[in-house]
Amino acid sequence: MAFTMAMPTQLSRRQLLASSATLTATAFGFDLKAATATARELKIARTTQTLSVCPYCAVGCGVVVHTLGDKARNVKPAIVHIEGDPENPINRGTLCPKGASLKQFVTSDRRLTRPLYRAPGSTEWTPISWDDATTRIARRIKESRDRGFQTTDTQGRTVNRLDNIAMIGGCTDTNEINFLLGKFRFALGILPYENQARL
Amino acid sequence: MASLAATFGRGAMTNGWADVANADLVLVMGGNPAENHPVGFRFVMEAKRRRKAKLVVVDPRFTRTAAMADVYVQIRAGSDIAFLGGLIHYAIEKGRLQTDYVRLHTNAAFLVREGFGFDQGHFSGWDESKHAYDKSTWQYELDGQGHAKLDPTLEHPRSVFQLMKAHYTRYTAEQISQICGCSVEDFNRAADLITSAYTPDKTGTVLYALGWTHHSHAVQLIHTAAMVQMLMGNIGMPGGGVNAQRGHANIQGSTDMGSWMNLPGYLKLPRANHTSLDEYLKANTPKSLRPNSLNYWSNTPKFMVSLLKTYYGEKATRQNGFGYQWLPKLGETENQSWGYFFDRMHHGAVEGLISFGMNPVANGPNTAKMISGLSRLKWLVVAENFETETAAFWRAKTLAGEYYPGAAEPAGIATEVFLLPASCFAEKDGAFVNSSRWLQWKTAAIEPPGQARLDQEIIGRIFLKLRELYAAEGGAAPEPLLNMAWNYATPHAPSLAEVSREVNGRDLATGRQLNGLAELKDDGSTSAGCWIYTGSWTEAGNNMARRGQEDPTALGLFPNWSWSWPANRRILYNRASLDQAGKPWDATRAPLKWDGQRWSGDTPDYKADAAPADLGAFIMLPEGAGKFFAADLSEGPFPEHYEPWESPVENALHPKVSFSPTAKVFTGDIDRKGEPAQYPYIAITYRLTEHFHYWTKHTQSSAELQSNFFVELPEELARQKNISNGDLVTVSSARGSAKGQALVTKRMRGLTVQGKTVYQVGLPIHWGFLGKVTGPLINNLTPSVFDPNSGTPEYKGFLVNVEKAG
Amino acid sequence: MRTVAKLIDTTLCIGCKACEVACQEWNEQEYTLGTFDGTYQTQPQLTHNFWNLIKFNEREEKGQLSWLMAKYQCMHCADPGCLRACPAPGAIVQLSNGTVDFNQSNCIGCGYCITGCPFDVPRLSPETKKVYKCTLCSDRTAVGLEPACIKTCPTNCLTFGDRQDLLAKAEARAEDLKADGAADAGVYNPAGVGGTNVIYVLKEASRPEQYGLPKDPGIPWTVSLWKGPVKWLGSAVMLGGILGSFFHFIRFGPKPESHANEDSDAE
Repeated sequence: MAFTMAMPTQLSRRQLLASSATLTATAFGFDLKAATATARELKIARTTQTLSVCPYCAVGCGVVVHTLGDKARNVKPAIVHIEGDPENPINRGTLCPKGASLKQFVTSDRRLTRPLYRAPGSTEWTPISWDDATTRIARRIKESRDRGFQTTDTQGRTVNRLDNIAMIGGCTDTNEINFLLGKFRFALGILPYENQARL
Repeated sequence: MASLAATFGRGAMTNGWADVANADLVLVMGGNPAENHPVGFRFVMEAKRRRKAKLVVVDPRFTRTAAMADVYVQIRAGSDIAFLGGLIHYAIEKGRLQTDYVRLHTNAAFLVREGFGFDQGHFSGWDESKHAYDKSTWQYELDGQGHAKLDPTLEHPRSVFQLMKAHYTRYTAEQISQICGCSVEDFNRAADLITSAYTPDKTGTVLYALGWTHHSHAVQLIHTAAMVQMLMGNIGMPGGGVNAQRGHANIQGSTDMGSWMNLPGYLKLPRANHTSLDEYLKANTPKSLRPNSLNYWSNTPKFMVSLLKTYYGEKATRQNGFGYQWLPKLGETENQSWGYFFDRMHHGAVEGLISFGMNPVANGPNTAKMISGLSRLKWLVVAENFETETAAFWRAKTLAGEYYPGAAEPAGIATEVFLLPASCFAEKDGAFVNSSRWLQWKTAAIEPPGQARLDQEIIGRIFLKLRELYAAEGGAAPEPLLNMAWNYATPHAPSLAEVSREVNGRDLATGRQLNGLAELKDDGSTSAGCWIYTGSWTEAGNNMARRGQEDPTALGLFPNWSWSWPANRRILYNRASLDQAGKPWDATRAPLKWDGQRWSGDTPDYKADAAPADLGAFIMLPEGAGKFFAADLSEGPFPEHYEPWESPVENALHPKVSFSPTAKVFTGDIDRKGEPAQYPYIAITYRLTEHFHYWTKHTQSSAELQSNFFVELPEELARQKNISNGDLVTVSSARGSAKGQALVTKRMRGLTVQGKTVYQVGLPIHWGFLGKVTGPLINNLTPSVFDPNSGTPEYKGFLVNVEKAG
Repeated sequence: MRTVAKLIDTTLCIGCKACEVACQEWNEQEYTLGTFDGTYQTQPQLTHNFWNLIKFNEREEKGQLSWLMAKYQCMHCADPGCLRACPAPGAIVQLSNGTVDFNQSNCIGCGYCITGCPFDVPRLSPETKKVYKCTLCSDRTAVGLEPACIKTCPTNCLTFGDRQDLLAKAEARAEDLKADGAADAGVYNPAGVGGTNVIYVLKEASRPEQYGLPKDPGIPWTVSLWKGPVKWLGSAVMLGGILGSFFHFIRFGPKPESHANEDSDAE
């Protein structure tokens, strides 16, 4: 099934770069280019821009992610810069100090890049393949669920519930991931589930 | 959010960010938006600059928000209900209330049954032996049709208004000063300004955040603020409302989606006594309490059946109650919120934990208890961007042993841990719902690094593997798992656009995307994964990605930018911005217009074709009116000041019932309580503008802006303790400790509370034992004490000691 | 050619430091871990890789506590002391839009510009031995974008545009503040350096030092002298550096009073 976006996700460079004050060269009534013979090269001059939303607090600032290197085959695009989305009526291109440094977050050298496993009693992480991790996790879930699932309660009422597995999270992820996690949870019958709302 | 739902009908920020610019008066209390929501705060500054709005800040600390205030009042952490109760008293006493609004749009005129009362800290119905309330006297007096009786004059002694007035007569400025530690003059100055918004042509807003929710009486606290705002006629008004400034990008959406003790769309989880779908619907579909109440939740069957059809697809039939029995049931009074299940985990009753982007070792109360709980798990799965303290809880002893003397060595921890590299925001599509309920769609810009995977693939593959195992081997109750619809085009990694369309819902006969709530059916012919999102992705396309700049009301509503729940409504309860005849209280600030035939402006929070006089303005509540008197809350229908669990003073209003009678306190070996003799100072925890929660310690820029954990201390206290700016100090509570450098400041002062000088100590969060910068986890110190309604922990107002570190 | 400027309305600064980070990010500065100095201020002063600093000053007067926050960076003076002092052709240029830009490829690392600056802005990198400071994001302004700090500022405390327009706006805002009871409100655009292309609105304009700004900045007499009677010696510096001892005195001798003590607590 293919889906198309209702609205264009990419704007013209002018739209994206300009601030809420629609600050363009002509806004000054003169050409700035002539003024800057020594100007450095603009690092976002040839980037692809993608519209996103800041993942930190719940103000919901729009951001523009500038990437390079995605036009060639077999090359992963890399983030060059992230700036506020000038059209977003909440932030109008502005960002707070966390939002202004989002590139640092995405490209942090502390990002996890492979699955890790810690065996019982171990003092260290060891790499594990995705397949291995997925299979073992499913096995652990099944073992616990088979041990702990309650079909009926003490009064014989159908309860189909599980409370020896708990789930947490979701507040940092999109609605759709939350919905999938919800299906996952109710498919297993898990009752203890929390996100950040209480904390 | 539990409070706003109880008071107004929906657990969400009432207005929007941009709307704050419409305010004449901004009260910031229990929040620090200049630091924690700087971009949201720009609208406060705009209101100040353009409208000459006044900013009142009430906070234990002189924050960067306070630095912008016209009036700042320093109060003791945990005394907010007293302060707000004082505002209620002040407003009623001085006649500073918008009486017509109060009469029309609130339950002030409702009569309460005989027998309701309050005495010495307890409301009527307290049962000491059960340690609970019998709420039978907390009900309205009903007529023969089951409708509440009213006295529109508000003069009946059992009217909500008179009961409220009587309840708050104790909250005099002098009493507030005794409890809060501010001067009578400061209180009166703030009260005068705050209640100046009572006239129809003036609107005030209230901005709050975790400074209000982190209390054992959080819900009642926010209820008090909502009461003040109803007295001022500020709910439903542009520039008004009670505005929760939420702390995570999609905490609203995650909560909407039921990622807690709920189903999506605020449908309640079934309980064991709801033995069939019919029983469930009977118990959860409220009856109108007034003839003019729209009582929108009467549509519960449509929402629930559409959800079940989404979950179980063709397996959900009328005969099997649309698969209702496959859903798990809570016990009749069971609570499975945070404090409860981590307590069970600490006692070894939980085998496995799956965490998607949460860090309980950092953000749960009493870190030692969190670590203890995780140590007793058989297995732990963490999907994350970084190695967090939770994934690495078994390293706590090694990396931060001084703080966790009771923690086990790694060799003694049998928990098997899987740490899965997940993707970050820029690597995924999907919608975030901001604090003001706007669903904003984002587009993936890059691929996850290395072997990191999209979260939907992590979930999808484990889900499919589980199905495979159950299909092949059988096991406990395979049906709920095997019957859960997962018919995505790429089941191992569902497209988020496809999921989003599923959430919106469709007509199951034609496959057509539903356009709005009116199309939902209770006969199984429609699906909707989260009914409040119906309308977000229609046949017209993805409304969440809309980028229209139009603002026809000039109130900052931007109806064509993204999509807002419910029904693209931007100001909740906007019907309350008009009088009974449909005339706006303030013509310059009218989000809605009634032309005699139809409504225009914002999406009306009202029946689309109903005349102004037909219905009550609060359509989600059976009363049809905003609630001063809210019997659904645990501690009482009116908020009352109770001291924090740990407090240096007894409750000045009723020393024998000092602490909330119904707050949830865990009393195990690890949940120790500190006494003032040993822990004389009041601690508050908070965020700094330079960091985001426990994430940015992994990023270079925030590490540079605030590299070190520090302890903010009042000058007087520092002098007494011989502590200089920059000295290393140890802060300790009955649970644990944290070591850091002192920041000695005039911005926090000793306060005189009931004749006694009390000092407050400021503890920023953000550090931990992993990151580019490290430091103590501040929840080492916090108690396992929770609000009985919302389950929020008491992170503000617990007791500590401070000593110069040797 | 008209001149561009930044307007900093300190009454709207919430000290969020977004401008600090946007500057670091846009200019791809290397981040360095700070030490804790007992203040919310990121670091005591500007450094060669930190060009934009918000200064925080706690102040108590007549029982009234205030927390003053103001952004500090190159002022892009109309008559730049750094440029007057610089002996290396093309190392410091004043663009026709008023931007004072440093071109490190021409910088000889003599540090004279540091002495020439009455705002104590330029900083020598110990590694590259070149001097650095705010460029007014000349790469951005060249294509019609505002500087990174301006764009990110959440509260409209910072604006960028035509200098005359902004001066008028600043004056209007000061009048507005006066009408609201801030009798001392005014515009900071010091004459001693011919006016600056970074203009401040201050609530207490008669006491700019409260915000970490020098009260009457002027170009040091030694640099004025250099600009005046001994200007012809400029090329000689390039040839033989005969003025080295002269500038050594200027750099390491007593600093002119107009050099603000940046981390002073303005109590």
